[in-house]
Amino acid sequence: MRFSFLNLAKQALSAHRNWPEQWRFPETKASYDAIIVGAGGHGLGTAYYLAKEHGMRNIAVLEKGWLGGGNTGRNTTIIRSNYLWEESQGLYEHSVKLWETLSEELNYNVMYSPRGVMMLAHTVHDIQVFKRHVHANRLQGIDNEWLTTEQAKEFCPILNIEKNMRYPILGAALQRRGGTARHDAVAWGYARAASAMGVDIIQNCEVKGIRRDANGAVTGVETTKGFIGTKKIGVVAAGHTSVIMQMAHVRMPLESYPLQALVSEPIKPIMPCVVMSNTIHAYMSQSDKGELVIGAGTDAYTSYSQTGGLHITTHTLDAICELFPVARRMRMLRNWGGIVDVTPDRSPILAKTPVKGLYVNCGWGTGGFKATPGSAHVFAHTIARDEPHPINAGFTIERFKTGRLIDEAAAAAVAH
Amino acid sequence: MSLHLRTTQSGRINRSKPLTFTFDGKSYKGFHGDTLASALLANGVHLMGRSFKYHRPRGVVTAGSDEPNALVSVGVGARHTPNLRATQVELYDGLVAKSQNAWPSLSFDIGSINNVLSPLFVAGFYYKTFMWPNIAWKKLYEPIIRRAAGLGTAPTSPDPDHYSTRYAHCDVLVIGAGAAGLSAALAAAESGARVILCDEQAELGGSLLSDLHATIDGKSASEWVAHAVQTLSAKSGMVTLLPRTQAFGYFAQNFVGLVERVTDHLASPDKKLPRDRLWQVRAKEVVIATGAHECPLVFPDNDRPGIMLADAARIFANRYGVRPGGRAVVATAHDSAYQATLDLKAAGVSIERIVDLRHEANGALPNAARAAGIRVDVATAITGSTGSLRVKSARVSKINTDGEEDIPCDLILMCGGWTPSVHLFSQSRGKLKFDAERNVFIPDISVQAERSAGACKGSETLSDAFADGFSAGSDAATKVGFKASLHSVTVSGVHEAKGGFLGAVPHPHDAGRVKAFVDFQNDVTAKDIKLATREGMRSIEHVKRYTTTGMATDQGKLSNMNALAIASQALDKSIPELGLTTFRQPYTPISFGAMANHSRGDLFDPVRRTPTHAWAEKYGAAFEDVGLWKRAWYFPKAGEDMHKSVLRECKTVRETAGIFDASTLGKIEVVGLDAAEFMNLLYTNPWSKLEVGRLRYGVMLNEAGFVMDDGVVGRIAEDRFHVTTTTGGAPRVMNHMEDYLQTEFPHLKVHLTSTTEQWAVVAVQGPKARDIIKPLVKGIDLSNESMPHMSVKLGKICGVPTRLFRMSFTGELGFEVNVPADYGQAVWEAIWAEAQKHNACAYGTETMHVLRAEKGFIIVGQETDGTMTPDDVGLAWTIGKIKPDFVGKRSLTRPDLVKSDRKQLVGLLPLDPKTLLEEGVQIVGKANVPTGTPALGHVTSSYESAVLGRTFALAVVAAGRSRIGETLYVPMPGGDIAVKVTDPVFYDKEGARLNG
Amino acid sequence: MLLIPCPYCGERPELEFRYAGEAHVARPADPMKTTDEEWAEYLYFRSNPKGIHIERWRHISGCARFFNCVRDTVSDKILKTYKAGEPRVDLKQFEKGAN
Repeated sequence: MRFSFLNLAKQALSAHRNWPEQWRFPETKASYDAIIVGAGGHGLGTAYYLAKEHGMRNIAVLEKGWLGGGNTGRNTTIIRSNYLWEESQGLYEHSVKLWETLSEELNYNVMYSPRGVMMLAHTVHDIQVFKRHVHANRLQGIDNEWLTTEQAKEFCPILNIEKNMRYPILGAALQRRGGTARHDAVAWGYARAASAMGVDIIQNCEVKGIRRDANGAVTGVETTKGFIGTKKIGVVAAGHTSVIMQMAHVRMPLESYPLQALVSEPIKPIMPCVVMSNTIHAYMSQSDKGELVIGAGTDAYTSYSQTGGLHITTHTLDAICELFPVARRMRMLRNWGGIVDVTPDRSPILAKTPVKGLYVNCGWGTGGFKATPGSAHVFAHTIARDEPHPINAGFTIERFKTGRLIDEAAAAAVAH
Repeated sequence: MSLHLRTTQSGRINRSKPLTFTFDGKSYKGFHGDTLASALLANGVHLMGRSFKYHRPRGVVTAGSDEPNALVSVGVGARHTPNLRATQVELYDGLVAKSQNAWPSLSFDIGSINNVLSPLFVAGFYYKTFMWPNIAWKKLYEPIIRRAAGLGTAPTSPDPDHYSTRYAHCDVLVIGAGAAGLSAALAAAESGARVILCDEQAELGGSLLSDLHATIDGKSASEWVAHAVQTLSAKSGMVTLLPRTQAFGYFAQNFVGLVERVTDHLASPDKKLPRDRLWQVRAKEVVIATGAHECPLVFPDNDRPGIMLADAARIFANRYGVRPGGRAVVATAHDSAYQATLDLKAAGVSIERIVDLRHEANGALPNAARAAGIRVDVATAITGSTGSLRVKSARVSKINTDGEEDIPCDLILMCGGWTPSVHLFSQSRGKLKFDAERNVFIPDISVQAERSAGACKGSETLSDAFADGFSAGSDAATKVGFKASLHSVTVSGVHEAKGGFLGAVPHPHDAGRVKAFVDFQNDVTAKDIKLATREGMRSIEHVKRYTTTGMATDQGKLSNMNALAIASQALDKSIPELGLTTFRQPYTPISFGAMANHSRGDLFDPVRRTPTHAWAEKYGAAFEDVGLWKRAWYFPKAGEDMHKSVLRECKTVRETAGIFDASTLGKIEVVGLDAAEFMNLLYTNPWSKLEVGRLRYGVMLNEAGFVMDDGVVGRIAEDRFHVTTTTGGAPRVMNHMEDYLQTEFPHLKVHLTSTTEQWAVVAVQGPKARDIIKPLVKGIDLSNESMPHMSVKLGKICGVPTRLFRMSFTGELGFEVNVPADYGQAVWEAIWAEAQKHNACAYGTETMHVLRAEKGFIIVGQETDGTMTPDDVGLAWTIGKIKPDFVGKRSLTRPDLVKSDRKQLVGLLPLDPKTLLEEGVQIVGKANVPTGTPALGHVTSSYESAVLGRTFALAVVAAGRSRIGETLYVPMPGGDIAVKVTDPVFYDKEGARLNG
Repeated sequence: MLLIPCPYCGERPELEFRYAGEAHVARPADPMKTTDEEWAEYLYFRSNPKGIHIERWRHISGCARFFNCVRDTVSDKILKTYKAGEPRVDLKQFEKGAN
């Protein structure tokens, strides 16, 4: 049933008894034309675009837990495309453009809100790095503008621009088209639309093995619901990618780390945009519910525990309180943790693998949510055509062999 | 003063200490010991808030930290604190409290229109609408939603209070000081163990504080508590008692976070005290004694002011001396509500009826109620209520009949049973099990050194709580190694209480149209949960996210089990099959201030200053942050801005001389028989043949082949190198070296010492450099022949030892004077005095940057960004040709690192000598390229040059060296800037000025 | 925060340490003889196991030594630490009692 105000009002009359299930709960078939492993935003989106743009509807998404249970289940939801390298800009900008019409496309309100993402500069080095981004983005047609300290405060009135801060703000780079969206809506939106087109989403179905023929090509997956045949497998399993790829004896340049984030109790609006500080390690926005949504970097060691140390949270909040002194009396309502898979150059992998029929989409680290539609779109292309889309052509596993890294971390991290 | 709602028995409030407070501008009276909730109830005020979505009038439901409705803002100005639970706000004289989320007033709230529109505002409605037109979400719908959302408002000025933290270690941490917790603490403390006992309430004692009937070893409950607290307090060295302290998080290896509310309950707190204190406790053993939460009943209109949990009413009466109403109807499925009813009756509340969902209620408590003349109807459900700002009547109905009876009342008590509080146990990663008989989740398998005691582990009687506590405390102490003896108490006066009901209470109405609340704060009703399951939300995590049940500030303490039961029934799955959502810290919300504690302002990050910092400050220097260091950036004279100051400093250095503090650079002493071999492995350069007393510019790569750091290295002896690094890179280089030394090359006989802070470094650069230092130096022949460029000599300066380096980052004749840091300021001042005689100047990092750029010297982190090879930045010459191995060598042969179109360091001269390029601008091959054209490179450094009399820049450009002479373009919003590609050395290419 | 048993200093809180990645990733004895694939394997490819992991930590605010650590990445429980240079422990001893 189409989602619309009219239908909502109509259904209200019959006490909402007739809303159908948003996705089907089919039994698995014996085989599919393609199988996506992982029903997160990227995985469900991939299935959607495979069906919608490549006519591949005899496909399944297998999920060991419940769909949208990873980063789309809890997220700080920052969307932006103000990256440094041209390959990255292409990928994230492609995603931003898809975000802009995604609600309409999926007939599901993903609450995309381009409220502006502001990156703060605290040192001369920061200024150099961000200005380089501003100019690089401008050349590629991505909006990114430099703000003075006063302009930054105008854009975000609760920002602390006192000169006696330990690291005073010297300016900021603003991407106005950046912003936030609703994480669960994205997963559910893609799931509903994909399911409606015939994509089977099989929850509580864990992949235990990948079967290959004598030539090494994939023939299917062993799962907790039995063997399912297929010639194409797209692995979109985020923090668990290494585990899945190991089943095909493919080693990955990945490490899985805990990533924590937190929300405050809901308060009336005080934070109009997203603010990020790489130098003092914290970022914040305010959800439509009124919660301050706050995050930072990962815990220091690899882990699948989905928890981390208290010191990460305290260090994040001390930075937040410095940047937004009125927040000091706010209270943390909930702190959660997940697993992020990180590559050596902090850029993702969307590529074919050395195994025929096996494709992998991973390595998004702490920045995967923003790329959801763009990643799903080009990954579907990669699977359907057995070759990358121009936009993801550079995001190979090979780049680690040849030395052609797309190093987003490098410029930011090095200080003279 | 409405004393008529106060009971004759005081409870634990102090009637000799009356207080005045205001709520929504109106003045009321209360007593010391009241909470805001109990005092308001005593004044007949039940309407304390409006719900989040429907703006329905709401009053208190609980008496504690699980309160979902009565959220208030307390305090004014910068101390305004939103979203506090009235049940936890301790009253003090002059307290100012306001309700939230209602306009213009609590009793007349425009937002209540939402209640009328509620059929539209069903769970998940926002996913289904607000999409058209596309632009409307951002411009129209979202701003409205954001303004309507949120509960309280944030303060508008910075928090004036301070917060602190403590790390604490103990043998046994006991969480919760009710019967089980106090006994555990007593048992452990008696054995000699160090004990920390914490409880979220203002007083220790838990439910014993409102128990009027139990006798424990002959004492009343309050006497027993007082005695226990006294016993524990007497062991003040070994026992730490922490009331007003919640344990909010259980982390790995028995690391538990507590937050103590230190001053919020005080009218005029001592300014020295922190408002909140974060305790970070590492306990050898933990006892969790967190009790249980009473469960509400989910029936239509179960949310009116005056409808509360039975035990909450009992607490208000017994502990706070408040009659929460005059005429009560009690709805229950558990025996405990009967005790509450009897206590309320004794306090003067008229009990109209008790309706019990169970088919029979023949325990001691129901019988006692009947004996007291109270009518008890079994197999009867409460199926509705009336009243708007206060409940007016209860609607009851025999189960599975259609008739409903209306019973006038002003108070409804409800009790669906008790949910063991397993939050902390779950956070400890322990495994829960489901007790199907009692419909509760209880701790099953511990994975950390902890155990639960009392109601939180499922125990149902007071006797069991004491027994659990003593046993747990002894067990904990024993595990640590103490000898613990067995304790017990004799409990009487308490009756057995069993029962419980989960899920939606049956009623004769259309379930699709009534509002039976499950999560009060987020306005989630039973039909919302059913709708979620209908729409395919079959996982409890989906149900939670779709309906938002359990996601409010009470974090589902009252709602999780009922939500689970309703969902499990709708999905035809058992409760344990559906399972619980993940428990996450904090148990109840904790202030950002407590988490940030000391780390603010000056204490946010350490400040590293050089030995000449005070001098530079006095001299008017502006400073820049480089990592943790403050570095003098430029030394403006009167009337100068940075631009003018830097031009003058540059000019002076090249024409005369300048002195510069280079103390922040990293220094590492590399010593040992294999020192040279180690250096060979860690740097691109060959070191074996470097003579003692000579310097070499070293380039360090990471194993991926990219330039990581650089610095001048001096060979002090055969087996001793004085290595320098960049300022920001020092810790990274040291770690990198130690990593290789300890794990890859452990066979090498060499050791490393960080000496960054041991040497103060004064750079003296310019034609007069030698003249300036000569009078101060002893024991060193400074002549060109004896001390050529790139050499180091040991001697004395100003009477103190020095390693004198002859080196230059400016391209002028220069020295770097290394002295022990304690002499840094004195030596600087002596050099300055000499420098003044020649009219030399002091210069800062900006000038240093300009001068080195004129010479084409790179700055790691500016010309490089972690992706440049030595050849890219013109440093291939540093690579030792016959070295078989060094860190990064292998990577340099990888295909992408040898491509000919890699970005290479070049110089740029804008065709207009006055145009200053911005650092970071992009470079393209033609004028007016379309958007989306790939860049050839970017500008890394850009300055105005005093000596050249024009602007210049360094840049990295694809195949840059082959483009020297070409004109390239920098696209700018105001029009392209044309630039000529040049060699990166702009000044004194031959290096003649170095050799003076 | 983890409590890490440094082989030299005993149990100390995580804040005193720096994580140093997977252990026993040996630098090839003769890097110039490796293929690009072998070299990339050394630089970038890691086991990243969901389960028992051998990794390195450095006690940076203590003895400053690097050492090896066996930890279960699902429970974060540390099973054993041992000095750098000592042979790689046999994981069989941990398989049953792990987690």
